[in-house]
Amino acid sequence: MKFAPKTRKASSKSAAKGAELLEERELRQMIATALHLAKSTGAEETEIHVDEVADTLTRFANNGIHQNVAEHGVTVSIRTVLDGRTARATTNRLDQDSLRAAIEASLSLAHSQPKDPLLLPMPGKQRYRRVNRFIKQTAALTAEDRARAVRRACDLAVKKGQVAAGIFASGQSQSAIGNSRGLFATYRETHAEFSITMQEEPAASWAKANSADVHAFDPQKLAERASEKAHLAVNARELAPGRFTVILEPAAVLDLVGFLFYDFAATALRDKRSCLNDRMGKQLFGNNITITDDAYHPLQQGASFDGEGLPRERVTLVDAGIPKNLVYSRGSAKAAGKKPTGHGFALPNEYGEAPMNLVFGGGDSSLERMIASTDRGLLVTRLWYIREVDPYEKVMTGMTRDGLFLVENGRVTGAARNFRFNQSLIEMLKNVELLGPAVRATGEEAFEMVVPAMKVHEFHFSEATKF
Amino acid sequence: MWDLCTNALDTAKLRGATYGDVRGMHIRQRDLTTKNGQVGTLAQTESIGIGIRVLANGAWGFASTDRLTREGVAACAAQAVSIAKASALAKRGEVVMAPEESYIDSWQSPFRKDPFEIPLERQLALLLAADEEMRRVKGITLTETDMQFRKIDSWFASSSGSRIHQRKVISGCGIAATSFQGDEIQKRSYPNSFGGQYALQGYELIESLNLLKNAPIVAEEAAALHSASQCPEKIGTLILGGSQLGLQIHESVGHPIELDRVLGQEANFAGTSFLTLDQLNNLKYGSSIVNVVADARLDHGQGLGTFAYDDEGVPAQCTDIIKDGKFRGYLSNRETAHLIGLKRSSGTMRTESWNRLPIIRMTNVSLLPGTWDYDDLIADTSDGILMETNRSWSIDDRRYQFQFSTEIGWEIRGGKKVRMLKNPSYSGITTEFWNSCDAICKFDHWTLWGTPNCGKGQPMQTMGTGHGASPSRFRNVRIGTAFSNQ
Repeated sequence: MKFAPKTRKASSKSAAKGAELLEERELRQMIATALHLAKSTGAEETEIHVDEVADTLTRFANNGIHQNVAEHGVTVSIRTVLDGRTARATTNRLDQDSLRAAIEASLSLAHSQPKDPLLLPMPGKQRYRRVNRFIKQTAALTAEDRARAVRRACDLAVKKGQVAAGIFASGQSQSAIGNSRGLFATYRETHAEFSITMQEEPAASWAKANSADVHAFDPQKLAERASEKAHLAVNARELAPGRFTVILEPAAVLDLVGFLFYDFAATALRDKRSCLNDRMGKQLFGNNITITDDAYHPLQQGASFDGEGLPRERVTLVDAGIPKNLVYSRGSAKAAGKKPTGHGFALPNEYGEAPMNLVFGGGDSSLERMIASTDRGLLVTRLWYIREVDPYEKVMTGMTRDGLFLVENGRVTGAARNFRFNQSLIEMLKNVELLGPAVRATGEEAFEMVVPAMKVHEFHFSEATKF
Repeated sequence: MWDLCTNALDTAKLRGATYGDVRGMHIRQRDLTTKNGQVGTLAQTESIGIGIRVLANGAWGFASTDRLTREGVAACAAQAVSIAKASALAKRGEVVMAPEESYIDSWQSPFRKDPFEIPLERQLALLLAADEEMRRVKGITLTETDMQFRKIDSWFASSSGSRIHQRKVISGCGIAATSFQGDEIQKRSYPNSFGGQYALQGYELIESLNLLKNAPIVAEEAAALHSASQCPEKIGTLILGGSQLGLQIHESVGHPIELDRVLGQEANFAGTSFLTLDQLNNLKYGSSIVNVVADARLDHGQGLGTFAYDDEGVPAQCTDIIKDGKFRGYLSNRETAHLIGLKRSSGTMRTESWNRLPIIRMTNVSLLPGTWDYDDLIADTSDGILMETNRSWSIDDRRYQFQFSTEIGWEIRGGKKVRMLKNPSYSGITTEFWNSCDAICKFDHWTLWGTPNCGKGQPMQTMGTGHGASPSRFRNVRIGTAFSNQ
């Protein structure tokens, strides 16, 4: 028996379109067969993950498309349990012999290690809340559709005497999990993303959007925004580094606070590598900071189940500035005497779990209001190359990029050269003065989250660069 | 696989492609980790598929598939051509590539011990023993170890007649001890941070690392860092250990010399470069003792950037990047080489996997050894700070301004290491930094470090790169800024 995706004839009409994903019955059949093979091979328990990706991405630079790619693949990942030991083998060869070989590899890996006294039996059948994140129009987007949108954006750049670079990506993916105790879950989604950098030497600016629905954003509007900001960013002034009031656009907020996500993992606290060690239940951030993990938020993406197939729960992580709760896998929950929250990674792993659908509470301050309320400060479009300097105080370093603007007496008065920052996230979240509405933000350093723009005082810029 | 490659090229030609190349790849990977004396990850992954790149209507298209049947590959090739024709709707000009011969060849990276033939029990036992050695040290709150092995077969076929098979075996291993005390987390890693040392070698790499001897040393240092003095903030003399210097080379030489960045092709994501075309053969990149090459040949060593042919079918080469301090060369592919008038690609097109388009990547970008003995270098330094093992790294999107911090520092006074320093960091402007280099240790202290996790491209690709370096000294460097709160 073979589980290759349905054979489709190559035709010039359909060739530039995305692939069709496997149907749910095919996923069920694939998992059932792999479970049967594993049982006959001697596995005591077995868990099967099937993941399918059909993605396309059109990349442009210098006002033209220079890379344009499509990929399609299916992987089967098999975790077996034998005598208190577990291991995983993954393959993208879907014939029975290859699946059997992967099962045998998994058993061989499992057999090679000492018994794990903490290993739990696999979970049984679960109930899931449905989420709909598959948009047909996104799945149907063609290379020609993307090329035409890119052409319009590049034409704008030419008209403005600028140079455009960016991506227009779209795709669909699905995952299924099933185990020998009867658990079965599937999820599919579409995704679309447009990102554009407009360069007007020596300056540049940027705009980006990401959604399950390609019609949730307008690439040309993003191009226009980046173009206007690039023009504003010309003639940047060199300012002395120091502490500034900053207005962080949502992408800048995301790429900073995104580095906090693993600190809320129960395993991170148990390993004493979280900045929340000895700080749970204390007033750590300002009382205007509330953070939840919510896979069901309408602006979120992702499956409603975790790596072991448990349903994801909504968890309030920070309430009015006080870290209140952590997320747990089944293993870390057992160790802590808590209930699992549905945030575990696929086993075996050493990291346990993490909240993957963070939602920050927002406010009602628009960017314009934040600017109008600022005597002297900096408006930050995005941040770049952010890395952790101090894991406990959560000091992060990085650069501003693609549009840093000086705000004086309530208005933007010009552009500033880019700065390096060294800033504690804990301190930053104590210093938030105003919050914008929470939006689905997308950057380059963190996975997408729902965060607001923030006005923050005493943000620490340590050095300037040359542009 | 060759039949499928030929089938893909034939289909592409029938559909209107004027050029095509195909990469079939079969990647096998084993991952082992431990944490606090328990096995963490224990996994094996296999991935096989084909990626087809074509030129049609003067523009590029790429498609990939794991459906390795004649029908699957033909559909994929047709999709690649169709995508290329869509690209032509918004092309800037006709793609032209620098000329290259075609080759029929087969190559295998050398190794003495196939890591996939070494019993798993033996590999795990070594990691667990190193883990235990670290846990014996008082104050250690987290211990981690890891090993990774990869075996990659690739088949390259082009419409101009090349047929190249390569097999690479890659090994990597590292250990780390972390200590949380009071309000500080301190960590030490061996032989390098973020996964350890990686090379184009077999299991002999693991056996050469002497993990059990070094495990208690790094654990004791991690615990001792809590009572060490804070690295001061000042302008002063800096000595970098080899692995940290390897990352410095990666970030402040390796990335800015990528010609796709220079030509604006990465402007939206990875960024551009201060090394504009007018700088070639004119810029004084470093002091006169600074010599950097990009060398993919086996002669340079068994690094993560070593191969016989790149993923565009161009033979491995050695390119002068910085010669006696002067900027002399870029990393190029056939397309960008033509764009700037070079006769030939420097052979740096590399792909992570069958489902990714090859892009310009570092090979082994190495600082050539100098003349100093390490002990003499320390003895010659009256007042300085030695920094070892990377902890964080960041650089702007044109590669001017950087900041690094390391796991450990040592104050040097009167030619001697006098005390341990915690939280060391330094920052600067790329060319100012390299021009301040006044001493480079000799070949005896030179290591070809492996960086296994370099991210670039959209969709993102992770690539291994090599960086040969020996401890070196830099003057008038800004030290301690990362922990400054002014």
